[in-house]
Amino acid sequence: MEMNQYLSMFIDESTEHLQAINEKLLELEQSPENLDIVHVIFRSAHTLKGMAATMGFEDLASLTHQMENVLDPMRGGKQSVDSFIFDALFKSTDALEAMLSDIVAGGTGKADVTAIVAVLKSIVAGEYKEASASAAASSASPAETADDAVALDQYQFSVLEQSLDSAFNVYFIRTELTDECVLKAARAYMVFRELEDNGEIIKAFPSVEEIEQDKFDRAFSLYYVSKLPQESLVHLIEDISEIRSATVTPLDHDSLRLMMQTAGALAESAAAVEAPARPAGNRSGAPAEAKAAPAAAAGHAVASRTIRVDLDRLDHLMNLFSELLIDRVRLEQLASEIRRSDLTETVEHMSRVSSDLQSIVLNLRMVPIDTVFSRFPRMIRDVAKTLGKKLDLVITGADTELDRTVVDEIGDPLVHLLRNSADHGIESIEDRKRAGKDETGTIQLRAYHSGNHVIIEVSDDGAGINRAKTLAAAIKKGVVTEAEAERMPDEEVYRLLFASGFSTADKISDLSGRGVGLDVVKTKIESLSGQILVSSQEGVGTTFSINLPLTLSIIGAMLVAVGPEKYAIPLNSIVETAAVDAAKIRRLHGNDHLDYRGSVIPVIDLAQVLEVPGYQTPEAGERNLVIIRKREKLAALVVSDFIGQQEIVLKNLGKYLSKAFAVSGATILGDGQVALIINPNALIK
Amino acid sequence: MGEEIKVIVFKLGKEEYGVEVEKVETIERIQHLTRVPKTPPFIKGVMNLRGVVVPVLDLRGRFGLEETEHTDSSRIIIVNVAELKVGMIVDSADDVIDVDSAAISDPPEIVGGIKAKYLRGVARTGEDRLLILLNLKEVLNKGELVQLEELEV
Repeated sequence: MEMNQYLSMFIDESTEHLQAINEKLLELEQSPENLDIVHVIFRSAHTLKGMAATMGFEDLASLTHQMENVLDPMRGGKQSVDSFIFDALFKSTDALEAMLSDIVAGGTGKADVTAIVAVLKSIVAGEYKEASASAAASSASPAETADDAVALDQYQFSVLEQSLDSAFNVYFIRTELTDECVLKAARAYMVFRELEDNGEIIKAFPSVEEIEQDKFDRAFSLYYVSKLPQESLVHLIEDISEIRSATVTPLDHDSLRLMMQTAGALAESAAAVEAPARPAGNRSGAPAEAKAAPAAAAGHAVASRTIRVDLDRLDHLMNLFSELLIDRVRLEQLASEIRRSDLTETVEHMSRVSSDLQSIVLNLRMVPIDTVFSRFPRMIRDVAKTLGKKLDLVITGADTELDRTVVDEIGDPLVHLLRNSADHGIESIEDRKRAGKDETGTIQLRAYHSGNHVIIEVSDDGAGINRAKTLAAAIKKGVVTEAEAERMPDEEVYRLLFASGFSTADKISDLSGRGVGLDVVKTKIESLSGQILVSSQEGVGTTFSINLPLTLSIIGAMLVAVGPEKYAIPLNSIVETAAVDAAKIRRLHGNDHLDYRGSVIPVIDLAQVLEVPGYQTPEAGERNLVIIRKREKLAALVVSDFIGQQEIVLKNLGKYLSKAFAVSGATILGDGQVALIINPNALIK
Repeated sequence: MGEEIKVIVFKLGKEEYGVEVEKVETIERIQHLTRVPKTPPFIKGVMNLRGVVVPVLDLRGRFGLEETEHTDSSRIIIVNVAELKVGMIVDSADDVIDVDSAAISDPPEIVGGIKAKYLRGVARTGEDRLLILLNLKEVLNKGELVQLEELEV
């Protein structure tokens, strides 16, 4: 169930932010004059707001928004802090924590925050002294939301709705096992696996954890999304042995909504009366009853699905494994020399196990950036609604893998940048029409590997950065003088956007314009030892480009031989491989060229550029070519042999050789030898 | 009596050299090295040291001495200085001795064809046994490497 991925990430991050807010508030209470602490609290609240809004936890977002409003004047030193404000802030934090733990327990994070919001608002308005009486009863009560955990939560419900909209079938499936079945959990697991191969399970009753622990009776039910028709699903499940019956009920919008209601109503009574599960009945009744049974236990903790491991330990694991790999190769050699069948068998088995282990170890740290990206379309949709704009988010390269540390950290900055693009970058519909542009603004989110870097770009086709407006704001804030401003090149003007407390937005919106954001983004990126660049053209658009180093990463690569040496070429820059007769390569102005699909591209002889000692590409015969690409430019690399594709771990060459020619790093091959990784960008001029 | 320092002793030709034991991470036999294109000739390439890629240079070449074929007794001394991890190929490495720091004298201008700036001093360790202590920081000076690269390319 895919959404758990983001949910657990959200929970982890929010817990950290809340803890930070709590700690910093305490610190601030000790030294109320320290504005730096206010800044830290403000940023945490801001990020929390962004994340909560992205995940659709509106009450969380609105409460943090009010906290921000209270903190904002304090940040500028305009408002002094007194014990009443502290109380209110602490109470807000308590309420946030209550909501978060509700989410952790599988709930919706909804809570009545009107009382506390009123208090916060009165602080902003400066009339809080009178309102203090109402503050007492303000903390949120998560108890009333607990019942929701039984039914589908809002998110799951909307997933199902959306699936229906996109022509998927939504089913409610009730499966009953035979009385003789001994390994209930195993049978259930088989059902789950079959189903997951063909679609997606949105929710199961009892929960997956309980089923795995055998904590269920003969039957279980689930909500399921798939393209398959009803009959084939029934067959699919009943083909598994020891299944007594499988009832597959297709659902449409109406029945789904009806179920939401009945489920809610039944859930309330379920707390008092223990409802025994009856055999499947009519369409809408059955699912509701099935849900009632596991009512008490359904609020199982979502958070237990992940554990956090110190990355140092993973590094250590990785190095130990590399050593193991070398020994493995050595053992394989010895076994082939000794030729004893039981030894060979054992070594072969060990090899298999260790290659499984290898892929696990290598992939432990790597996560596709998709885990971060895929929460953005929803966010952009909501943002577009709030702003009354039409926005289109185009994501490319979501499968680009990044170190877990980076992926964890890159979410917030990207949220800021995307909101920034949506809010400030893209113009209003009227302005776009006036400028002769398409009504719908496009925001591109791209990720790709380039050499030993990952580049993430957020670009919009909006109005671009207004130089005059930016400079005017900078002069007003005293960041630059007028004389300096005139001489400033554009790039430096753009860089002003990253200055702390800088904002050119005319009005503060829910989204951005408070001047937190870009400076936080920059600090964050730099803490990941990356860089952020802006390029912009007025009227055409703005591109924020984040360049992150790839200290440890796994990439797909083509291994090639150049004479006696082996090199790896990153797959993402390879267009294709080809074998071409040497006569087809023509010499123009002293350089080799090749007619390639209608255009002439340069041919680069790797043996020659890399100065491979004692080897030259033979004059005649066939040439093995790897066609590489750097943006639009193509080139053909001459190699002597293709060895094959492989996942490789990028390593750097060590500080001593940090700037080697045309080489972006090295990798260790299965036989323990080092192969250099070619940097195609350096070879294409 | 000065302070005692532990020194790893290795040979280039007939001369004996020493580096402080705490700067040496490990000593390895000669193994496969992967050539790195367009680097100075004394850089022999990179090796796999238990999962870490480490550059290896030939100390003879580094000092401008004549390079010889590697033999069975040749060793790669992996040193770790100022966050640089580098392997140095030497003719042999077979001893650890204690040197009295009081017995170390400033190096003469040139010892065995090696400029004084690469040397920390010369220690008399026996009747007619001289040990030349290296100044690893200078030996692994990256600035010099960059200059060399510029000369080469």
